[in-house]
Amino acid sequence: MKSNFDRMLSSEDVMRRRATFLQRIHVDGPLLVLLLTLAAGSLFVLYSASGKDWDLLLKQASSFGIGLVSMFIIAQFEPRFMARWVPLAYVFGVILLVVVDVMGHNAMGATRWINIPGVIRFQPSEFMKIIMPATIAWYLAKRTLPPHLKHVVISLVMIGVPFILIVRQPDLGTALLILASGAFVLFMGGLKWRWIISVVAAAVPVAVAMWFFVMHDYQKQRVLTFLDPESDPLGTGWNIIQSKAAIGSGGVFGKGWLLGTQSHLDFLPESHTDFIIAVMGEEFGLVGICALLLIYMLLIGRGLVITAQAQTLFGKLLAGSLTMTFFVYVFVNIGMVSGLLPVVGVPLPFISYGGTSLVTLLSAFGVLMSVHTHRKWIAQA
Amino acid sequence: MSQPIRLKDHEKDARLVRSRVVVGAVAVVLLVCVLIVRLYYLQVIQYDYHSTLSENNRVHVQPIPPTRGLIFDRNGVIVADNRPSFSLSMTRERAGDWHQVLDAIVEVLQLTPDDRALFEKRMKQGRRPFEPVPILFELTEEQIARIAVNQFRLPGVEVVAQLVRHYPQGPHFAHSVGYVGRINEKELKTLDPVNYSGTHHIGKTGIERFYEPELHGQVGYEEVETNARGRVLRVLKRTDPVPGKDIVLSLDIKLQEAAEAALGGRRGAIVALDPRTGEVLAMVSQPSFDPNLFVTGISFKAYAELRDSIDRPLFNRVLRGLYPPGSTIKPAVAIAGLDTGVVTAGTRVFDPGYYQLPNYDHKYRNWNRTGDGWVDLDTAIMRSNDTYFYDLAHKMGIDRLANYMNRFGIGQKVALDMFEESPGLMPSREWKRATRRQAWFPGETLILGIGQGYMQATPLQLAQATALIANKGKWNRPHLAKTIEGLPPVDENPMEDIVLRDKSDWNKVTHGMEQVMQGARGTARKASIGAQYRIAGKSGTAQVVAIKQGEKYDRNKLQERHRDHALFVGFAPADDPKIVVSVMVENGESGSGVAAPVVRQVMDAWLLDEHGRLKPEYATPSVAQEPAQ
Repeated sequence: MKSNFDRMLSSEDVMRRRATFLQRIHVDGPLLVLLLTLAAGSLFVLYSASGKDWDLLLKQASSFGIGLVSMFIIAQFEPRFMARWVPLAYVFGVILLVVVDVMGHNAMGATRWINIPGVIRFQPSEFMKIIMPATIAWYLAKRTLPPHLKHVVISLVMIGVPFILIVRQPDLGTALLILASGAFVLFMGGLKWRWIISVVAAAVPVAVAMWFFVMHDYQKQRVLTFLDPESDPLGTGWNIIQSKAAIGSGGVFGKGWLLGTQSHLDFLPESHTDFIIAVMGEEFGLVGICALLLIYMLLIGRGLVITAQAQTLFGKLLAGSLTMTFFVYVFVNIGMVSGLLPVVGVPLPFISYGGTSLVTLLSAFGVLMSVHTHRKWIAQA
Repeated sequence: MSQPIRLKDHEKDARLVRSRVVVGAVAVVLLVCVLIVRLYYLQVIQYDYHSTLSENNRVHVQPIPPTRGLIFDRNGVIVADNRPSFSLSMTRERAGDWHQVLDAIVEVLQLTPDDRALFEKRMKQGRRPFEPVPILFELTEEQIARIAVNQFRLPGVEVVAQLVRHYPQGPHFAHSVGYVGRINEKELKTLDPVNYSGTHHIGKTGIERFYEPELHGQVGYEEVETNARGRVLRVLKRTDPVPGKDIVLSLDIKLQEAAEAALGGRRGAIVALDPRTGEVLAMVSQPSFDPNLFVTGISFKAYAELRDSIDRPLFNRVLRGLYPPGSTIKPAVAIAGLDTGVVTAGTRVFDPGYYQLPNYDHKYRNWNRTGDGWVDLDTAIMRSNDTYFYDLAHKMGIDRLANYMNRFGIGQKVALDMFEESPGLMPSREWKRATRRQAWFPGETLILGIGQGYMQATPLQLAQATALIANKGKWNRPHLAKTIEGLPPVDENPMEDIVLRDKSDWNKVTHGMEQVMQGARGTARKASIGAQYRIAGKSGTAQVVAIKQGEKYDRNKLQERHRDHALFVGFAPADDPKIVVSVMVENGESGSGVAAPVVRQVMDAWLLDEHGRLKPEYATPSVAQEPAQ
């Protein structure tokens, strides 16, 4: 018994000695390098997209700083600690969403914010972006895998409640992302293919039946415009027509930094937020976007490696879900701006202007770092 | 003990997750490939297309407003059409300093600072970036020439041809067809921003307002390529607008003009209906105004003049004018009396010239102070005997009376397609409790029996109540549109027909109304002299100021504007009604003396041909012989 304990101590000593400085402060080197590269690139693109607006750049840079600090703090918490507190955080988050719902409807207008003037102002739905997958991961990690039907149903209820509350805000884009983050945990947990396929197969006839028997003409029209924005060129389709022209005119190598024309002449109303990839496409061309996609893929690759190497089930499920959700952001945004997907308000991660999404994303990467850098100690437990 | 099993599970779980990581990685790679293929398509394959577009040129989406539907009268005479007109528009994004350009326009066209303020207001109503905002309408040839010569000083300014609403019939249909006007800020908030993106005018009142969705149509658009100065170089893609639907009115312009002439220069209202269908044949509210003034924006002074005129030309008397119906309601009250069994055709009441409730001192006067002696239903209608109807109303009670009057359309919106119709008022116990917090007094029921008291109705409602008698209870909501793009309007909320226990009651009341016109002691017998057909009618008087108990109406003591309004309703031919007319002459005093001849003239205009003979389609065997005087 004693010798066993000694060996344990000594091996931990070995580990400690081998751990690099970065590991000791719970930061993952590859992820940090990639994130800093993206941040630098983002400031370049934003400078052009915002029409050389230094104030805006400064705000974005400071948001990035805040995000890095929050990432660093989150990375210090052990995954075990997170798993212990996540259920409480989930309940708290749902309560906040209900509060937003009630307040918003009393004020006769939709709102997404909790606002205590002078103290704090934030969106509970952002908070849920991390808490949601963590909650499902906590729940499934304690069960046998692949999950039984009962556990799947309970997970779906846990995903459904915040989803409906956020849809009611109304913020369909965020709600779908949160839905996806929860669903990815189930997927990582080995949800049977059979069930995945049957859900998809069941959705098709239901949608068809809704279309023919339930929906009014004006609702159909809205769905059609949503699916094909270019059929409504005076409304949302306008952005898409302009962003396609901007991207297309960039060609292979682009027109050069600050030399884009389409995106600078007020043609693109959201050129520095959701539609920023159009500016990149115009100024840096196919090569530029491919470089960006490469960085994203490296980030995602690193995330999947962390998932595979994680030593607790909770860590695996959470890291896998956060990584895949991150990819959904990238795919949905670029797909939307290039006219492949319907227009939903999803920013391009790390590139679009906006502090809230930056802090949330970096916090998520903080969770990944925590999962990865706490593994040696957990191995001894 | 559980440790080994737990570890084994853990290993299996890890493998499971690892396999899912692989699936995820494959999906990521595949989907990134999809994105790259899409970008390759846009940036390499379609590069020439997009780069030509962006090479100094800009792609633009321009809305093409649909042509507004035309409005015709029932014979195909145009009532509202679209006239090409030149207007001046400015695109803010191309004008540079647009305030300066506005100064230049004002200088070039020699306009006033007021005009400039108006332009500035209109510029601020622009909705989309790069939208040309019209700031001045109906440019003259000279103004167009001046703009052309000074074009170099006016970047972003264009002369645009557009279709503008025009009402060739002027004031004749101002109260029925209404008019369009510029979309204001309040309307902008509720309009579909896409469908109205190219439209600057919207229906404000009347048919133009009620059928706005049908008349407007669906916007089209074109994707155009413009140069840096905004000139269109070529059209890339075009979707045609769907023009608005044409509307054929049931109104007849000849009858409308005849009705206006019959009213002479007097203030008043006329409604003529076809009782078989509910089609409105003429709708007069005098004085009227020229709707064309409102289309491109009426000057404040001209508007103030119309608004503040003592004659109230903007007031739609047919739909919004509320009058106590007076004796014109007696036929409907008689129907209620017969159907409830309160009276029969043979019931007789002795009229000493007044009516008294038991245990009350108050004398409710008959208009004929000497009294008519014994009166039955027929005589009561013919002589418009108030005493008989006091008695009838008293026996029936307010609840039943209110119920029947509601079914006749009093206190209800009766029209199918008219904008801002007033529902009028049929009082009831509940109404009085809710609005005045008072119990109902029996005396109030009495005066309702002769159409006085709280009861209020529009000329249109009086016409409809009369049409129900002519049509034996069959409801057809009065409507102005005969067809919309060939289809008749649909009544989504039909009224319930009035079905009597004994159908012959309709004939009893109609006979009384015929006696009004043709009977030896009929109150309006003068109005039917020489008529080629039998008329059923009823006169009425609406008090403007109350007369005190024991005081007599003395016209000389009253100011002209305080004299009673003259009312008359009627239909003809009496045994097979083809037209119902309701007339209100403001301060006309005598229903039978002033309003009845107007009704007669309108009926003549509709039923007689140019030789003064009954049109063959209205001739029925029973009216072939000379009507009895």
